[in-house]
Amino acid sequence: MSDTDSTDPAIAPVRRHIRWHVLVFLAPAFLVYTAVMILPLIETLRLSLFNMVEGQLSFVGFNNFRVLFTDPRLSADFWNALSNNVIFFIIHMLVQNPIGIALAAMLSVPSLRFAGFYRSAIFVPTLLSFVIVGFIWKLILSPIWGIAPSLMDWVGLKWAFSPWLGKPESALITVSLISVWQYVGIPMMLIYAALLNIPDEVLEAAECDGITGWSQFWKIKLPLILPSIGIISVLTFVGNFNAFDLIYTVQGALGGPNGSTDILGTLLYRTFFGFQNQLGDRSMGATIAAVMFLIILAGVSLYLFVIQRRMRRYQF
Amino acid sequence: MTRILKGVLFATTVLAPGMVFAQTNLTIESWRNDDLSIWQEKIIPAFEAKNPDIKVTFAPMAPTEYNSAVNAKLEAGTAGDLITCRPFDLSLGMFQKGQLAALNDLPGMSNFSDTAKSAWTTDDGKTTFCVPMASVIHGFIYNKKAFEEVGVEVPKTEDEFFAVLEKFKTDGNYIPLAMGTKDQWEAATMGYYNIGPNYWKGEEGRKALIAGEQKLTDPQWVEPYATLAKWKPYLGDGFEAQTYPDSQNLFTLGRAAIYPAGSWEIAPFRAQADFEMGAFPPPVKNAGDTCYISDHNDIGIGLNAKGKNPEAAKKFLEWVASAEFAELYANALPGFFSLNSTAVKMDDALAQEFVSWRENCKPTIRPSAAIVGRGQPNLDLEMWRVSANVINGTQTPEEAGAETQKGLDSWYKPAK
Repeated sequence: MSDTDSTDPAIAPVRRHIRWHVLVFLAPAFLVYTAVMILPLIETLRLSLFNMVEGQLSFVGFNNFRVLFTDPRLSADFWNALSNNVIFFIIHMLVQNPIGIALAAMLSVPSLRFAGFYRSAIFVPTLLSFVIVGFIWKLILSPIWGIAPSLMDWVGLKWAFSPWLGKPESALITVSLISVWQYVGIPMMLIYAALLNIPDEVLEAAECDGITGWSQFWKIKLPLILPSIGIISVLTFVGNFNAFDLIYTVQGALGGPNGSTDILGTLLYRTFFGFQNQLGDRSMGATIAAVMFLIILAGVSLYLFVIQRRMRRYQF
Repeated sequence: MTRILKGVLFATTVLAPGMVFAQTNLTIESWRNDDLSIWQEKIIPAFEAKNPDIKVTFAPMAPTEYNSAVNAKLEAGTAGDLITCRPFDLSLGMFQKGQLAALNDLPGMSNFSDTAKSAWTTDDGKTTFCVPMASVIHGFIYNKKAFEEVGVEVPKTEDEFFAVLEKFKTDGNYIPLAMGTKDQWEAATMGYYNIGPNYWKGEEGRKALIAGEQKLTDPQWVEPYATLAKWKPYLGDGFEAQTYPDSQNLFTLGRAAIYPAGSWEIAPFRAQADFEMGAFPPPVKNAGDTCYISDHNDIGIGLNAKGKNPEAAKKFLEWVASAEFAELYANALPGFFSLNSTAVKMDDALAQEFVSWRENCKPTIRPSAAIVGRGQPNLDLEMWRVSANVINGTQTPEEAGAETQKGLDSWYKPAK
């Protein structure tokens, strides 16, 4: 377009201003974000390459990473935390997101009454503090004071109750399901919004072709909300691999019993800040944080560069 | 008008700080958040009444976060002038880093025996860096009413102990033992460290472990795990998910008969339980055996080497070392037994009961506290975990012993 400007002699060439106002408007957000996100991130990555050598913080290259992956104790803790974290993520993908999609699909049925009420009720736990959620569920499931044992007793299921949070084989699943309960509102809302965005013409056209009910959901709606499902998967992935708070409130920093609910977040916390008689080790903590960052980065890149590019988008 | 305003400004800006300046503020870093009100209402006022120019603030935090938080504060230079000292290796580490000041020349240090000071003295025995405050004793607290109802006597031997538990189980009105494994530390602190000294013969076994003459895989270190495993049927339903406060409440509400305890429970239990309580030391194997109790130097107080008000802080420490403080503290917090050489008169019967064991039983400290508790993996945390596993039945006593020994071997080379 500048060609046309300059070739037209009638109009004086417009001097291109540097658009200062853009920079000015961007500056606050950029500076704040740099100060609280980018610098700490760089500092963490830098710290992971340093360690105490004879009382002095010195550059050790990738030695911290070597120790993390080869030291028998630390690597056992790390792989345990990573595999727990993967299970934590898989449970969210298999339970939280399908339920979220199903709820959204049901909410978007036009004939549903009290849709607004259901929507809010399901979304409210997401707004609650994790401290409250953790505490409530700990109480509900408590074998001593909880209402779960008595409720199950009323319906004759007392035999099926067990102290789930205290058993190594069930603790991780229980904590994951508590987290699912808390966050199921997010996929529901996002999918619900995506479903509302589907134009009525498309659905009417489908009905004219005789596609209704279930097959309409599978053949018309689902392909149209696939991009949203992708986004939700990425959000779940990032959220799960950064998770810490709920496990900390429900199971404590040790991720008990016997480390069965220890995920990367709690391992990082214990290593970096220390716990009880174990003193904090910042360099090792930063190393674990760096590994977590790389895992999340890899996951998100996989989505952005491989999956999202192959996804078909429909324009209305 | 302006003149008045100027006068007010002058008074508030120039004069006021001068007036405040006459008062020195001291902050005590501590993990005893349970004791906050006692410090605020009883202990600090007693000190401030004598030293009106010093204002003391007690700033406790969560016990499990204390060590790391106070370390971070010391490194950043924001810690208070007075630091509550954990016993043995943790405080020693702080002293070696130059964070705690040496207190050898503090008047009043002569009020403490070498044993009392041992928890806060360097390995060569030359420098002491914290004023000893109190020790805690392990044992079992029981519900006297429940014992009468079921008609059982206080057990002296292990067989009697399990017979009592069995009776409570058949009776069905009380949970025999109030303990859970969810928080893990109860299993070790109230379980393993409590009953163990009878097996490894207190100091004898502990010192042999440090010297490398005994291993955690030896029978005297494995057997206590086997006994703990036998507790399982007598714990409440769902003990795997029972937390420490759950256990405390079960006992003080009168739903449980016996509580594996540390003496620090006395004050809170007094406040909550409305039945008579008694206490007995960990039962011995055969009648007439020497009994050993865990009498653990638990709490001391030291001087932040980089504190801002060392003079005022030293005054406070001197007072802590005095007999007056010892009596005040021991009675305000029954169950924290004074380490002061001056005999302290305690009013609480339950606390007296705990202390009376010192006459017949040989005291020892927790095995993971000194020297073997210095490395990674931390032996104390390892013992928490395996003790809980053993009671849960997910690990055998032999595996528990082998695992802790393996962790210890990975860094600890006993002096030959």
